[in-house]
Amino acid sequence: MSEKKPKRREFLFTATYALGVVGVGAVAWPLIDQMNPDASVKALASTEVDVSSVEPGNTITVLWRGKPVFIRRRTQDEIAEAKAVKMEELKHPEKDEDRAKDPEWLVMLGICTHLGCVPLNDKGDYNGWFCPCHGSHYDTSGRIRKGPAPTNMEVPKYEFLNVNTIKIG
Amino acid sequence: MSDHDYQPSSKLGKWFNDRLPLLTLSNHLAEYPTPKNLNYWWTFGGILTFCLITQIVTGLTLAMHYIADSDLAFASVEHIMRDVNYGWLIRYVHANGASMFFLAVYIHIFRALYYGSYKSPREVIWIIGMIIYFLMMATAFMGYVLPWGQMSFWGATVITNLFSAIPFVGEGIVAWLWGGFAVDNPTLTRFYALHYLLPFLILGLVVLHIWALHVPGNNNPIGIDIKKPSKDTVPFHPYIVIKDGFALLMFMIVFAFFVFYSPNILGHADNYIEANPMVTPAHIVPEWYLLPFYAILRSVPDKLLGVIAMFAAIFVLVILPWLDTSKIRSAVFRPLYKQFYWILVIDVLILGYVGAMPAEGLYLLVARVATTYYFIHFLIVLPILGYREKTIPVPLSITEPVLGGSPNPGLIKRKESLN
Repeated sequence: MSEKKPKRREFLFTATYALGVVGVGAVAWPLIDQMNPDASVKALASTEVDVSSVEPGNTITVLWRGKPVFIRRRTQDEIAEAKAVKMEELKHPEKDEDRAKDPEWLVMLGICTHLGCVPLNDKGDYNGWFCPCHGSHYDTSGRIRKGPAPTNMEVPKYEFLNVNTIKIG
Repeated sequence: MSDHDYQPSSKLGKWFNDRLPLLTLSNHLAEYPTPKNLNYWWTFGGILTFCLITQIVTGLTLAMHYIADSDLAFASVEHIMRDVNYGWLIRYVHANGASMFFLAVYIHIFRALYYGSYKSPREVIWIIGMIIYFLMMATAFMGYVLPWGQMSFWGATVITNLFSAIPFVGEGIVAWLWGGFAVDNPTLTRFYALHYLLPFLILGLVVLHIWALHVPGNNNPIGIDIKKPSKDTVPFHPYIVIKDGFALLMFMIVFAFFVFYSPNILGHADNYIEANPMVTPAHIVPEWYLLPFYAILRSVPDKLLGVIAMFAAIFVLVILPWLDTSKIRSAVFRPLYKQFYWILVIDVLILGYVGAMPAEGLYLLVARVATTYYFIHFLIVLPILGYREKTIPVPLSITEPVLGGSPNPGLIKRKESLN
């Protein structure tokens, strides 16, 4: 009996602590989760863009979920350049075909994957984009070629509703 | 402590002090024995306290006029500048006050590095100080976001994106910090709430910092243990109070110069353009006091490793008391450390300079060399130096070189045994 008693007490202590931790966690979670994107932010999930006025070689920037999205109508030269790149040369290998369903239109988040700046059009060593913040160079497919950014610029979910309208999101 | 037997002279004072010993505390602070050889580098603790109070008071009054809303914030700051009575003065004091705060804290930190103030038995003072420094950087960063100018917005974007470097959970953490998919109104409102909170945490930590200081007492320029109270000490009041007060006045002249003659010289013109999520300014730079860390971040070509290097640069300071193996505190008696110390100072200044320059070509090379040296200093030079360096014999007391002998008989014995 004298052997058993302390064990029972230890069990009670442990169980109490465990329950206490669960209780504190349950109370803390709402206080933490309130900082996550709220319902009104999530509701702004998609944007429709009229691209009829975009000429080849031009880029428009639209805002989607508070982030800039580049929509570039690429020239034949740019498409050829993007397709000619060998996968081994890429830090984050992705085929151009997988990034631009319609090769004429490149739609991607205009956000440098390094630390979130907006890269500049028609700049850099690869005729694509250049991020002024920390010097990342992207090619005509928005793929990272040089600099600190780890991945290619992200292609969001989008679709052509008709010839002139892109729905992002 | 010797002042525990303090008795207030008045009956009322005694009655109150028996119930809450505030008068004992104030007597302790006034009588607190301080090394008599403290130089002006020791006055920055008081100056920093002044800076913190200035920031809290000006911040409180700015909060009465500022509106934390992405549509109104920029305009409300201009409203403070143009319409609010003395709003321009209060805002300029607050904005330049942040720079003055960091100027003082860097001098304070480098003083501790020179005189070995972080060493046993003062490690806890040092670590609390580093936590304060880290919170200061967080507070200053969030405060810089509040005017919602271009630098505010893009500074916030870059710094919060640092967390996206964390594998797997990074993106989730960033969305949680933003409260959205980009820096936006939810980010602004929470930064405002935290910018208001953190100075009070800092205030609490300052109390702990001073409390921890009052246990072993001040270090001093020759870095030896002194007997307290003795011929080597003077009471804090009036000696140190007057000295700190004089230094504070000098500091306020510099402060006032910035506020009244060049209030925007430490800022960036881009921050007078309202935040625009579509356009990044051509050249993003943080405020000057964060530049050395920014240079370290950019000098590493890998995103995650760059972030790790930047945080490591602060962390090596936290563990400094265990990296520096030398038993001698003050650089006065460490001829080699003294040289390495100044190389470190220059190294950090270089890092600050290249942090403000574009990350390319020669600047990038210099940043990489300086970053490497920064870590070499703390991780290799300091541990080895403690074993290899031939130090100069330290005096037994502050007064010994003048009067001979020592108030501490133990020390005399030790010196005799060494001879």
